[in-house]
Amino acid sequence: MISFLGILFDGLAYGVLLFLISVGLSVTLGLMGFINLAHGVFAMAGGYLLVTLTGQFGLGLLASLPVIFVLVALGSLVLERVLYRPLYRATPLEQVLLTVGIIFVAVALATWLFGPGQQPLALPPYLDGQLSIGGLDLSRYRLFLIGVGIVITLALVFGLERTRFGARIRASVDRQQTAEAMGIHVGRVFQLTFAIGSGLAGLGGALGVNVIGLDPQFPLKFLVYFLLVVVVGGPGSVSGTLLAALLLGVADIASKYYLPQIGAFVIYAAMILLLITFPHGLLGRRRSS
Amino acid sequence: MMKQPGQLPPYIQALRSRERWRGAEIAFWLSWVAVYFLFPDSLLFASQILITGLFALSLDLILGYAGIVTLGHTAFFGLGAYTAGLLTTHGVHEPLLGLAAAAAVAALAGWLTSFLVLRGSDLARLMITLGIAMLLLEIANRATGFTGGVDGLQGVEVGALLGLFAFDLYGRVAYCYVLVVSFCLFVLVRALMASPYGLTLRAIRENQRRAVAIGVPIRTRLTNIYTFAALIAGVAGALLTQTTQFVGIDVLGFGRSADVLIILIIGGMASLYGGFLGAVAFLLAKDQLASLDARYWLFWLGLLLIVMTLYLRGGIMEGLRKLAALTRWSRT
Amino acid sequence: MTPALETLDLCKSFGGLKVTRNLNLTIAPGARHALIGPNGAGKTTLINLLTGVVRESSGSIHLNGADITHVKPHERVRRGVSRTFQINTLFAQLSALEAVTNVICERERERLNVLQRRFFPLSQRRGEIDEAFELLERLKLADDCLLQTRYLAYGKQRLLEIALALAGRPTVLLLDEPAAGIPEGESDELFAVLAELPRGISILLIEHDMSLVFRFAERITVMVDGAELVTGTPQEIAADARVREVYLGTRHD
Repeated sequence: MISFLGILFDGLAYGVLLFLISVGLSVTLGLMGFINLAHGVFAMAGGYLLVTLTGQFGLGLLASLPVIFVLVALGSLVLERVLYRPLYRATPLEQVLLTVGIIFVAVALATWLFGPGQQPLALPPYLDGQLSIGGLDLSRYRLFLIGVGIVITLALVFGLERTRFGARIRASVDRQQTAEAMGIHVGRVFQLTFAIGSGLAGLGGALGVNVIGLDPQFPLKFLVYFLLVVVVGGPGSVSGTLLAALLLGVADIASKYYLPQIGAFVIYAAMILLLITFPHGLLGRRRSS
Repeated sequence: MMKQPGQLPPYIQALRSRERWRGAEIAFWLSWVAVYFLFPDSLLFASQILITGLFALSLDLILGYAGIVTLGHTAFFGLGAYTAGLLTTHGVHEPLLGLAAAAAVAALAGWLTSFLVLRGSDLARLMITLGIAMLLLEIANRATGFTGGVDGLQGVEVGALLGLFAFDLYGRVAYCYVLVVSFCLFVLVRALMASPYGLTLRAIRENQRRAVAIGVPIRTRLTNIYTFAALIAGVAGALLTQTTQFVGIDVLGFGRSADVLIILIIGGMASLYGGFLGAVAFLLAKDQLASLDARYWLFWLGLLLIVMTLYLRGGIMEGLRKLAALTRWSRT
Repeated sequence: MTPALETLDLCKSFGGLKVTRNLNLTIAPGARHALIGPNGAGKTTLINLLTGVVRESSGSIHLNGADITHVKPHERVRRGVSRTFQINTLFAQLSALEAVTNVICERERERLNVLQRRFFPLSQRRGEIDEAFELLERLKLADDCLLQTRYLAYGKQRLLEIALALAGRPTVLLLDEPAAGIPEGESDELFAVLAELPRGISILLIEHDMSLVFRFAERITVMVDGAELVTGTPQEIAADARVREVYLGTRHD
């Protein structure tokens, strides 16, 4: 039975995935103003890593997750060093082109290594199936997702608000030059933030294999959604990204059920309207350069 | 600098010489005429290259001259394509009318959406333009009765040009048609860029702050050029419909947007010819590699993009300019 | 006599920071008026306010008696307010001749029809180009006028800054530290240019080079923390104890 609560639930789970993947992009965009369209590649990498780890190496799903986080984070650092860093001061167009190039290469590699089709993933029995809560049959896996989402959101908020490193990140997003003058090594902060953000994306991609699917076209198919979440939420704002991701998740699922004829139309129109009204995002901070 | 009576002062002469048609330019356009005689079996392909070059030129006006990064320029191409197609399915078969209608529709759309691209951050702008393009793609997808959806618009029948020249199977008439239209539009754009108006556009791109400080109305100028660029894109789309007698949904796709950006990177921006040169290089390469696996094409394309943005800025035109500078030793 | 340019209780705050406080500045017609003050006094912000690039928080600005507080920046230029920038803000890949011609064509825009403006080549605008060349000749920039701006020497670029502002035939000229980057004592060429400017142009000069200020100005306003401290003749300012206190004992004669 498709009820409103059920749709809300599904939408929230979807939103959590979008948040996990997009939050890294939002913070690094707010931090460095670098337009990284290839962020979805990290998510895709996480997904394929999960498939490989659980399939070929027989690792459990829960055990794989931290491994994936670390591997993707490290990999992203290499990419940052070699490809991104030379273009920090380049024009937005050049950044767009570089990252589009990275997407193309990643898509081609993924097709070559894994084939063009969707990846099947077998869920461990304790995450499979439904759980009955308050008369509703809720998917165990989606419950798990929302749980993970809450944990990570709390960790991020705590990390940003309570730790010194978090304070450094916030300072660097708000006023880069002042932060540097205060002795904050913005470059280091950025590297670490970039790694964490990419690791989270990998995590999101891995967790999403069963919900939104995984194929080599992933970075292209979902590019608009990630960018949408970041831009509407406001680059640099974790809470903004969360809000936008949850909104988009619920709106997308809801429109598929209630307005199947119009589909994505509503989403795009809403995005355009939101961007016109809030050119810097719902909760975005203006970057001072 | 001594002025001889009746003779032009040197600085006027210098400006004039830059506006004159170079030998290389004339050679360029003559070679397209030569293609008609030298490659009679590939005229349809040659038409595609010209159309893509024209589309790239229209994007160059916004990107290279005005500095606006947009991912949604295909919207105007697609609008022009569908307008031309729909006109024929509703009984109007004269291609020139289709061209005019496509130009008008695309220009109107450009004018209406121009305010969207003149505000907000770069990223917001990118998203808005991308969003509009995807919106139109969705509409085209859904309104199957109108547009034919994924299968494309069927029943496009383009009549004889001026009632005299019917489009033949070998694409001979089509090619001449595309070449003449492209050349005429090119001449128009060239004149525009060489005029005082073109100078203000360059000033806006060079230093927007100073342009405001010398009294240039930035918003009006950018709106104009955006509308004009949309018009040309619409014409290019119409040409595609009329020469292939078909409108596929890919005229609105992201692939075409990405392709034409790549073409401008390869060819070089703000140079009038970068779009055409890039189109030649890109489409020839794509054609050669088409027989290979699609995966390889994507991989090498991606690699090319990465290498070009990291090491080779400016594309073919920049390379040619450097060559010309070496031979002519001029810094103006 | 109507002032060429005046501000009435002009205020500007960025968030909690008051950058301009109740400024009542009057520039008489034909004035040679200098604005001095320590760094951070808000002098460049004032120019941005006067040209309309920054919106005021309260107060008004009047050009020759007319209220231009809500007039757009490019419109103010057309009404006769021109400025130069403290840091060279030039068109790097345009030649000096092209840049100045651009200003003049923009100024004369109404006189031309659509074809002349948009489709006929630039070289046909003989009148405008000749005028541009003459202006460059007067500022000793004619020799390199076909060279791209980015290849010009710094001092020449500084003069081009002024040329671009003059080409608009302004009635009010706002000069933001024209001697910036030029070693004190080498500003003679610049001073010669400024001294030759016609009385039809009312000039507000912001400067740190005191030798230039005291040679050029007939009236000086001292600005501190966004507000006016004192206005007077050069002699009065030099003798004012408050100015000495605020400033660091500058020698000027």
